[in-house]
Amino acid sequence: MKHLLDTHDLSIDDIVKIFDVTDRMAEVNRRQVPKVPALKGKTIATVFFEDSTRTRLSFETAAKRLSAEVMTFLASSSSVNKGESLRDTIETLSAMGVDAFVVRHKSSGVPAQLTQWTNASVINAGDGWHQHPTQGLLDAYTISREFNQRESLKGRTIAIVGDIKHSRVARSDIDLFTRLGAKVVIVAPPTLLPSHVETWPVEVRHTIDDVIDNVDVLYLLRMQLERMQAAAIPQLSDYTKSYALTPERAAALQSHAIVMHPGPMNRGVEITVDPADVPGSRILAQVTNGVSIRMAVLFTLLGGDSVLVGGES
Amino acid sequence: MSRHAIVLRNATVVNPDAVFVADIGISKGVISAVGGDMTGDVEIDATGLNLSSGFVDLHTHLREPGKEEAETIESGSRAAALGGYTAVVAMPNTDPAQDNVATVEFVRAQGVRAGLCDVYPSGCITVGRLGEEIAPFGELSQAGVVICTDDGNGVQDGALMHRALLQAQQANVVLAQHCEKSDLTAGAVMHEGECCSHLGVPGWPAAAEIEMLQRDLELVKETGAPMHFLHLSTAASVDLVRQAKADGLPITAEVTPHHLSLEDTLLTGFDPVFKVNPPLRTRTDIEALQRGLTEGVIDAVATDHAPHAGHTKEQPLDTAPPGMLGLETALAVLNTAVSLDVQKIADVMSWAPARIARINHLHGRPIAVGEPANVTMWDTTSGWTVSRESLASKSKNTPYHGMNVRGRVHHTILNGEIVVQNGKALK
Repeated sequence: MKHLLDTHDLSIDDIVKIFDVTDRMAEVNRRQVPKVPALKGKTIATVFFEDSTRTRLSFETAAKRLSAEVMTFLASSSSVNKGESLRDTIETLSAMGVDAFVVRHKSSGVPAQLTQWTNASVINAGDGWHQHPTQGLLDAYTISREFNQRESLKGRTIAIVGDIKHSRVARSDIDLFTRLGAKVVIVAPPTLLPSHVETWPVEVRHTIDDVIDNVDVLYLLRMQLERMQAAAIPQLSDYTKSYALTPERAAALQSHAIVMHPGPMNRGVEITVDPADVPGSRILAQVTNGVSIRMAVLFTLLGGDSVLVGGES
Repeated sequence: MSRHAIVLRNATVVNPDAVFVADIGISKGVISAVGGDMTGDVEIDATGLNLSSGFVDLHTHLREPGKEEAETIESGSRAAALGGYTAVVAMPNTDPAQDNVATVEFVRAQGVRAGLCDVYPSGCITVGRLGEEIAPFGELSQAGVVICTDDGNGVQDGALMHRALLQAQQANVVLAQHCEKSDLTAGAVMHEGECCSHLGVPGWPAAAEIEMLQRDLELVKETGAPMHFLHLSTAASVDLVRQAKADGLPITAEVTPHHLSLEDTLLTGFDPVFKVNPPLRTRTDIEALQRGLTEGVIDAVATDHAPHAGHTKEQPLDTAPPGMLGLETALAVLNTAVSLDVQKIADVMSWAPARIARINHLHGRPIAVGEPANVTMWDTTSGWTVSRESLASKSKNTPYHGMNVRGRVHHTILNGEIVVQNGKALK
């Protein structure tokens, strides 16, 4: 595996292997000194054409815990604002000696396009509405370990609630969850469903109450406030009424059910209950697992023959 | 034995009424002999090659003036000649736009200077293609313009389009519409369908084309003004045009080689070379367009040759400009994608577009003594692999790079002068 651009590029075998490596990374992360020399001498550049502080920090933390050098490129303070092309940006950074690019862009497909202009690995850290594969992996991993199903999500029902149409997280999650055997139900107003949703491997519901008492996982998406301005939904209060996790709905969840969210949360919009009051909330566990998953991905792409050294560095 | 400047030996003449093998003599810019004993100062062996009137492209973006880094009238004319074209209609979305006589005259003069194919400038429907104020059709018409279009933009305002049709009729120009209701295509990148849904990019729905086409058909019905429809891309558009023609409306329509051959799924790799407006659509649309062409519902094949400098296609898919090259691959792509006999190929590539552009006194003529020697020689059997590096266009944005196609242009003669011989431009 050279790049990680799209969850569809991963076989089930690849996914299971990444999860196994993630377990070992999680073990590293629980140590007093959570650092191993596995990627010593490698240089990883985070190239964020669109701001996303938490995803960038998660990748940079992962890289540092594997002892890689980290180069940070933020479009907001760079030559991109002076009109530099994608190609020139990536060729310039490549010339400095980079082993992997971690790329975030507001346009779908940019990480895939960049692969033609560099010999380095490219990891998609979120592109447009298209894909966010490490988010998908960390979500699937979180569910897998929660229910102690190491190689599949068979028998699980997962509801994903919110703006599916414009969500890269939903596209990655739905692909991974369904290929791992879970049943996925998407819950959204018609204007926030993708066109041709009948070709997606999911069931569709229009209110959260249709699913709340029979899901194993309730996955809330962030409601982008700009969608409201585009009149995709009539009123915020209407959205909250039909789609938000309220204290009443949290109480209606099955006792083993968990609640997830990719962050950052819009409190009062898609979630009106305090997640701290929801025993099934795994929102912070997702963040912790995110670092382990990204360590596993970086190690899988760049580790080559090097072994994951057990001792502290 | 008669003597001629050029003799074409053993050509398979493709005329509307017959296909036959003959030697052809050309002198002083006209066809001077068909059959009989002859010798030529220059002789071309045309054994196994079809000889027809030169192709006519109703839809060519030559980019000059304004974007000479992408194409010039000379480089575009060379690409045209290599594609078998002896005439092209130059689209008016230049900078400045062809909404005035000075720019139109400049484009025509550059075409004459290049001397590789006849360049017929089109005019705009509205000043600056802004959709606000109708262009001076009378002056443009006097300057020789036949087709006016805001191509690249559809005319959104129905009342303005109504007035434009009436004024165009008065000025004796034909309006050509780029059917796209822009309120339905804001930010659109590709056909709104299954592929688009999974890739997570904004979609260009078929409805945006259909809605404007329906409106304009009503306006034609009301005004009686003739109209041409550019680059139709949906199955429903074919049905609408079929019905409108059955109703006797004075309309014509074109389809591009790429809409006859390429599917939206090519965008899966996010390569902007496959981004075009209107977008590549589904297999169902492709088959309906092929049927429409075969049945004569669609009159002509037009390239929508749209060069873009390399760096502009190295942008994200959503900001890269739409458009693809077409002139040098049109015959081969058409012949590979659709099963047509040689007369039908000559019809959709030459005879019909020459009539639509009202240049059928010079182009799209039968091969007969006294006719202007604007001809091309081509086959439908040579296989070759398209390579962007070997194209004459200044830009390289062909969607067919690396694809195997069948059919090739060998020689092109413009006004009695050989401009392409053995697949090579002579100037």
